[in-house]
Amino acid sequence: MSRNLRRRYASWTSLVVMYVLTVLALVPLGLVLWFTVAKGLPSVIHPQFFFNSELPPCEPKCPAVSNAGVGHAIVGTGIIVGIASLIAIPIGVLGGIFLAEYRIARWSNWVRLASDVLVGTPSIAIGLFAYAFLVVPFHHFSAYSGSVALAVLMLPIVARTTEGAVSLIPNGLRESGLALGLPRWRVSLQLILPAAAPGVITGALLAVARAAGETAPLLFTAFGAHILEWDPGMPMQALPLTVYKYALLPYKSLQAQAWGAALVLIVMVLAINLVSRYVLRRQIALAGQL
Amino acid sequence: MATAVDARPSSAAPASKPRDGFRVFVALVATLVPLVLVVIVLTLVQQAWPAITHFGVGFLWASDWNPVTDTFGALPGIFGTIATSFLALALALPVGVAVAVVLAEPGHTNIRGVIGTGIELLAAIPSVVYGIWALYVLAPWTYEHIGVPVNTRLPTVGLFSDPAERGLFTAGLVLAVMVLPTLTAISRDVIRAVPRGLKENSVALGATWWETTWKVILPSARAGIFGATILALGRALGETIAVTMVIGNAYVIPHSVFQPAYTLSAIIANEFTEATGTLYPAALVLLGLVLILVTLVVNIVALLLVRSTSREARLTA
Repeated sequence: MSRNLRRRYASWTSLVVMYVLTVLALVPLGLVLWFTVAKGLPSVIHPQFFFNSELPPCEPKCPAVSNAGVGHAIVGTGIIVGIASLIAIPIGVLGGIFLAEYRIARWSNWVRLASDVLVGTPSIAIGLFAYAFLVVPFHHFSAYSGSVALAVLMLPIVARTTEGAVSLIPNGLRESGLALGLPRWRVSLQLILPAAAPGVITGALLAVARAAGETAPLLFTAFGAHILEWDPGMPMQALPLTVYKYALLPYKSLQAQAWGAALVLIVMVLAINLVSRYVLRRQIALAGQL
Repeated sequence: MATAVDARPSSAAPASKPRDGFRVFVALVATLVPLVLVVIVLTLVQQAWPAITHFGVGFLWASDWNPVTDTFGALPGIFGTIATSFLALALALPVGVAVAVVLAEPGHTNIRGVIGTGIELLAAIPSVVYGIWALYVLAPWTYEHIGVPVNTRLPTVGLFSDPAERGLFTAGLVLAVMVLPTLTAISRDVIRAVPRGLKENSVALGATWWETTWKVILPSARAGIFGATILALGRALGETIAVTMVIGNAYVIPHSVFQPAYTLSAIIANEFTEATGTLYPAALVLLGLVLILVTLVVNIVALLLVRSTSREARLTA
């Protein structure tokens, strides 16, 4: 009898331990969010943080209200990620359509494996690749090269999420299109793709969020700049570069900017993630009704 | 599901099937993905070529790194990369599997949904944000509350001697947090794929919840969890920025887990833009090549493992 009691106690204890570990796993999320908000907020509450470009460190005499800002980094992130999206999203969506619509083709298995491997490729190595490909021939750093590096990161994410969204569309829709005599390309692009659009868009958004937070591929491509730069052929600042470089400098004023940029970055990335998660769930529910 | 995709309108029954130009087009576009992968590796080989021909295989176990005399060796970097990654896995694996077990349990879908979303958001946080947090919050905390106390209690254990703020342990801790979502998501799916009958039989035989989990469910999900672990290993090996900020940047093989070290990716991140000459940048690219080849192998093995187990589960279910 006591043996059974012991077994039951052991079971209860392990259940409790597992739940405790689960809570423990969420602690870092809370801590990262808390400290980023607490340390970043003092910089972010001034509107000039978003519009001004950086000022050199003001130590030892800093003005009461800092007028330093990361406007140039926000613009840079927008331009770099924007160009990366223009490259990666069309290619990724078409690739995803191939993976979903011709899933029995043997080649699609190889593409699927390659994209899963590419997702796990170290981003610093992709940065080295973009450097060799686009910085060395032109002899200077440029936003374009950073965009290409980020596009390589985004491509497999877009392709795989598009595949997932397109696979959810029931075959009835395909068959009715084909029965009406539509060619395959019109069925895929004008019938299936619009039906899968919310899923495809959320996949693209997730890829954008991932790319916007990447630092390593930009280190030797976009490189960073201390001024507002609109020309993608020139070195350009980006939010993750601001966080990385200023966090490691000994100036309190620049560290404050780094925390502020981290807060902007994390709010942006989490907002995109939560919204796309919600849309994706609705898409799955809707596809179930089709 | 897949069969209807290839159903063509057959009423006309043409003598030769019309060529599906669209299929060729999207297949070509999709081919860019494997092509990019191959081009990345080839580009790195080409860039690293001076170092490859100069140092040969000995590069992997030479431990000097001196740009002035052009002597380069990868051993401390390789050691640091492997040590931080395994430390991260050792810390993350028990937690990750526990979370996966909790998430795979039936019932309370709302709470489990919130927990699951929380874990997935851990994966969404940019690596540089982990980096700044680890640098200013985690590193001082681990020094004060783990490094120093452990060292004072176990002063004779060399592995825990000379605690510093930045070092292997802090880097491993951050990495553990960063790979946790990968580990959890795949383990949860694998555990969910364990046939219900197995669990029901075990409970019907009078096994407790723990006995069912430990002796029935986890063993049958073992291969998949192993695959998830290796996939997480791949992520940990390649992670750059957060590690660079807390590893301490010392090109040595440290004698203690609390001592500064270096990883392959951190060396590249710190030194590549300043590298001049031909041999120095080539040696850095060679480090990148070593890194990418190792992660490629690790990832492919992990993906094949995860795939084969999920296929098995589908067959037995």
